[in-house]
Amino acid sequence: MLTESLILSAILFSIGVLGVVIRRNAIILFMCVELMLNAVNLAFVAFSRAVGIEGQVFVFFVMTVAAAEAAVGLAIIISIFRHTETVDIKNFNLLRW
Amino acid sequence: MTTLLFYLFAALALGGGLGMVLGRTPVASLLSLIASLFSLAAIYVLLDAHFIAAIQIIVYAGAIMVLFLFVIMLLNLGHDYQRDLREFSWIAAGSVVSGLGGYAVMRAFRAEDAVTDMGGSLLIETALRELNAVGAVAVPLFRSYMVPFELASLLLLVAIVGAVLLAKRRV
Repeated sequence: MLTESLILSAILFSIGVLGVVIRRNAIILFMCVELMLNAVNLAFVAFSRAVGIEGQVFVFFVMTVAAAEAAVGLAIIISIFRHTETVDIKNFNLLRW
Repeated sequence: MTTLLFYLFAALALGGGLGMVLGRTPVASLLSLIASLFSLAAIYVLLDAHFIAAIQIIVYAGAIMVLFLFVIMLLNLGHDYQRDLREFSWIAAGSVVSGLGGYAVMRAFRAEDAVTDMGGSLLIETALRELNAVGAVAVPLFRSYMVPFELASLLLLVAIVGAVLLAKRRV
C-alpha cells in the first residue's frame, strides 16, 4: 500500500499543477495549491510508514503553513476584488513586468 | 479489505481532484475538493496515521474549506458563469507538463529500491501501542521539534496580523 499511496500522491499533485495552469479563477488556483499540499502530505504519511513517525510531524507543520497561506491568500484576493471587482487573474497585472 | 478500501478512497480522491479542476462554478469545485480531502483522511487512517486523519478533517475539511466557502459567498462568485479556462495552448501545455511530471515521479516511486521499509511500520506500531494516536505524534513534536513548533505559532501570529491588515478596508 506504500507504493500505491506514493503513486496516488504523484497523480494528485499533477492534477493540482494542471488546475493551476488551465484555470483563471484566483480562488480555484488557491484550491489547486491546497490539493498539491495535500498530495505532499500524503507522500509524507506514506514515507512515515517506511522511516518512522517524523513524517507525520512534518505533516503537522505543512498543515500549519497551509492554514497561514490560505488566510493571507484569501485576504489578498479580497483586497484585489475591492479594486477590480473580479477574481480573474488576467486582470491581476499590477506587478507583471 | 484494506486494499479494497484504499482503492475506493483513492478513486474518490482522484475524482474529487478532477472535479475540482473541471468544476463549472467555484462552489462546485470547492465541494469536490472537500470530497477529495475527506477521502485522503480515510487513506491516512488506512496508513495508521490516525491523528493526522483527525486534524485533516478538523483543520482542512473543516476550517480552511469553510474559509474558502466564506470568501466565495462574500464575493458572490459563480453567479454569472463565464468560462475561466485558459486558451487551448495553455490547456495542452498544462496537460503535457503535469502528465510528464507526474509520470516521472511515479516511475521514480515504482523503482524497486525506491521505498524500503526501514522498520518504520514497526516503530509506528510500537508508538501507537505505547502512546496512543495523539501521543505518538506529540512526543517527537514536543521533544525533537520544539523550536519549529514555536516558530509555527509565530507564523500563525504573523498570518493573523497580515490577513487582518490586508483585508481591512482602510489601514
